[in-house]
This record gives sequence, C-alpha cells and structure tokens, in this order.
Amino acid sequence: MIPAVSIVDVVKHFGSLQALAGVSLDIEQGEFFGLLGPNGAGKTTLISSLAGLIRPDSGTIKVMGHDVIRDFREARRLLGVVPQELVFDPFFNVRETLRIQSGYFGIRKNDDWIDEILEHLDLASKADVNMRRLSGGMKRRVLVAQALVHRPPVIVLDEPTAGVDVELRQGLWQFIRRLNGEGHTIILTTHYLEEAEALCNRIALMKQGRVIALDTTANLMAAHPGASLEQVFVRTMQQ
Amino acid sequence: MIGFLTLFEKEFLRFWKVSFQTVAAPVLTALLYLLIFGHVLDEHVQVHGVRYISFLVPGLVMMQVLQNAFANSSSSLIQAKITGSIVFVLLPPIPYGAFFLAYVLAAVARGLLVGVGVLLATVWFAELKVVAPWWTLVFALFGGGLFAALGMIAGIWSEKFDQLAAFQNFLIMPLTMLSGVFYSIYTLPTFWQGLSHYNPVFYMIDGFRYGFFGVSDVAPETSLAVVVACFAAVSMLTLRLLKRGWKLRG
Repeated sequence: MIPAVSIVDVVKHFGSLQALAGVSLDIEQGEFFGLLGPNGAGKTTLISSLAGLIRPDSGTIKVMGHDVIRDFREARRLLGVVPQELVFDPFFNVRETLRIQSGYFGIRKNDDWIDEILEHLDLASKADVNMRRLSGGMKRRVLVAQALVHRPPVIVLDEPTAGVDVELRQGLWQFIRRLNGEGHTIILTTHYLEEAEALCNRIALMKQGRVIALDTTANLMAAHPGASLEQVFVRTMQQ
Repeated sequence: MIGFLTLFEKEFLRFWKVSFQTVAAPVLTALLYLLIFGHVLDEHVQVHGVRYISFLVPGLVMMQVLQNAFANSSSSLIQAKITGSIVFVLLPPIPYGAFFLAYVLAAVARGLLVGVGVLLATVWFAELKVVAPWWTLVFALFGGGLFAALGMIAGIWSEKFDQLAAFQNFLIMPLTMLSGVFYSIYTLPTFWQGLSHYNPVFYMIDGFRYGFFGVSDVAPETSLAVVVACFAAVSMLTLRLLKRGWKLRG
C-alpha cells in the first residue's frame, strides 16, 4: 500500500539556519502518527513543507503518492491542515468560512457535511456568528472544521489543543479518533505528551531538524520501563 | 473552476460587506474634489471646448476606478499575510493563474462599482454625454486590471502596512494625480508635457475621457496600445511571482 505520507531526505535552510537536516520518514495509511519535539525542532517547518507552504531546498515529499510540488493539486486535495496559529478571516461567519473553504477545494453544496462537522465540534450554535466574536477555543474548533471540510484522507493537526479547554479537547479527540477509525491518517504535533501517548500508534521525535527516534509508541515506552512518554521524551532529547 | 469562483466571490464579499468604507467613502471623496475644484475653476477654465466641471468628471471617475482596484487587491493580500489567514488560500489546490484572476477581477469589480457611484453622484453637476461608451468601458477594464495587478505585487511585496502605504503614497498617488485628471497636459510647460507621456495613467485617463467627449490629447488607439501593453507586462510579472510563490511560500 502507498504510504499516506512519504518524506525523503528533506533539507530546508532559512538563511544560515538549518531547519530540516535531511528528514526521511514514511507514515502509513490509517496511522495516528505523532510528530514531537521541542520548539525549533523543525516540526512546523516539516508540516509546512508537506502542505506546500514552504518549498524545501532538496528532497521529496509525497501525499498518497502525489508529489507536493510537481503534483500539488492532487497532493493538496488529499491533505487537511490545522495550522498552529489562531488565524481567521474577520469578514465572515462560521458557516460562510466553511463554505468558502469547501469551495476552494472545488466542493459546492457541502452543507450536510458542514453541519455534521459543526455538530461534532460543538459549533452548531455558532454557525451564524462572525469569526471575530468567537472565543479562542471556538476559533480553534473552526480551524479544525476548515481542515476537515473537504474530507481529506490525511489530516495534519499542528498543536490543535493549544489554549483549548478540557471539554473541547475531549470532544475534539473523540471526533478525530472516529475519523481515524474510518481510515483517515492523522498526523499530530503537540506539546501535550499525555495526549500523544494516549492517541498515537507511532511517534517520531525531532531535534534540531532531524528525526532522532522513530518507533511505535509501545516500543518507545518499552525501551524505558515505567517511564511516561514525557520522561521518554526528556531522556531522548538529552542523549 | 469552483476554486476560482469561490475565491472571486470571497474577494468580492470582502469589500462588499464593508461597502460603506470601500465604495461610499471614495464616492464622497470624488464628490468633494468636484465641488471644490469645480467651484473654483468652472467659470475660468474650458478644456477641449468643454466646461471644466464636465471635463473633470470622467477624470475623477477613472482615478477612483484605478485607486480602488489597487486598494482592493493590495489590502486583501497584506491583511491576509499579516493576520496569517493567507494559509486558507495557500493550502487548497488553486492554480496560480486562477488565484491571479480572482484577485484581479474582484478588484476591478470594486473599481467599477466605485466608478459608477462617482458618475451617479457627480453627473448632476455637469453636462455629460458618452459619445463612445465602448472606449470608456475598455479603458476602465484594462486600467482597473493593471492597478489590480499592481496591487497584488504591492500586497505580496509588503510585509508591513507602512510599506504598502509607501507604495500607495509615493507611487500610486503621484501617478494618478499627475496624469491629467484635473487638467489637460497641453496646459503644462513643455518639459512636464513630455514627462507626462511617460506616465501610463495619463493614457488611461485620456482614453477614458475620449469616450465621453470624442476628443483627447492623444489618439485613443495609441492610448489603448500603451495601457494594454502595461497591463500585459504587469500581469506577466505578477503571474511569475505567484508561480514562484515569492514572499508567499517560504
């Protein structure tokens, strides 16, 4: 089976800073994959490269077999990205935002799916509220909804629960787990390591633009008996 | 196609939802120009045998078409870049040509709406007849398109609002204000007359005005050739920048 995401020897510099130093990894279809690392490790650069927001200096990235540069249209259609920053367009309400995002992906008359997403993310009562009037947590939910609006098989969540209350986190993870159960591949970056431990089948640990550990969550934990993922993370980073 | 239509619709709604600021305000500004300059000069000046206030109206209409087309695409892009919401249009599979067209057409739509508004507001003060309506339309479309594309370049290039303001204040404003909106260039000293011929906006204003009065400083065919050439050059540059992802995709 074609990997959901295939990353081969990706290098990226910003001036003299090497943000990615030859990253290679495959993420299989249907995986719940964790991409962890301290700030500046290169997680967001890698995700931005995957999403076509950044062009790597060298290396290749494919989404379901489609190169993100040469075959960008198909690659982007197969990918949904929840950005890390809390961004929104202040001119529109929630439903308009989702309809517009849906249209960008070539889908009109998508209201049934939009309603379902709104319901699952507990946004139904806010559908006609302008984005400016939403709380930070609500805006985060809309970002998740925007990433899902075209039903992408591969979903990237870049710190989706930052600044989000416990109730929403639980609702969000329940929904994401359901999508994963239906076959969607999930790629998650988070600083909440207990979430990664509970959700991810496989984890890559990144440091200074390199993948320094890549294994199933179970194997990573087994290598450090009795330790939590947070302790495994700290020890691996110190090595 | 749906991606392009959605982006166009979104860009259109973006200014339409705040039309008091984006359409009504420039109409009022043009009306004030007309009232002030018309009051001061109408009894003293005739241009091409036309009363000054009538001569002024098409210039003001075209000036607002150009400035608002520029303002629409540039402000939309800089705002999206600074707030980060630009990711919403960079993540989807919208080809760069469709991206360009959607921004340019929405900006031209705003320019034309403001232009029609200025015309409706000012027509009561002047005796106007449109002798060649197709010329006015063609110049408004290509002029608006050129400034919309320039607005895209400015919006993509600028990283801060003050950089965009500098582009607007030190390039767009002088080009439009010194283009013959308020005068015929043949009333200028020889040096400034010659210099005006290097300003592409002069050809837009002059050609647009030809559609109203059937007289102009330069033959309308010549003006159209200059405007279309400038539009093609700026469009190609914009498309090239978009294809490279310059300042949009790191």
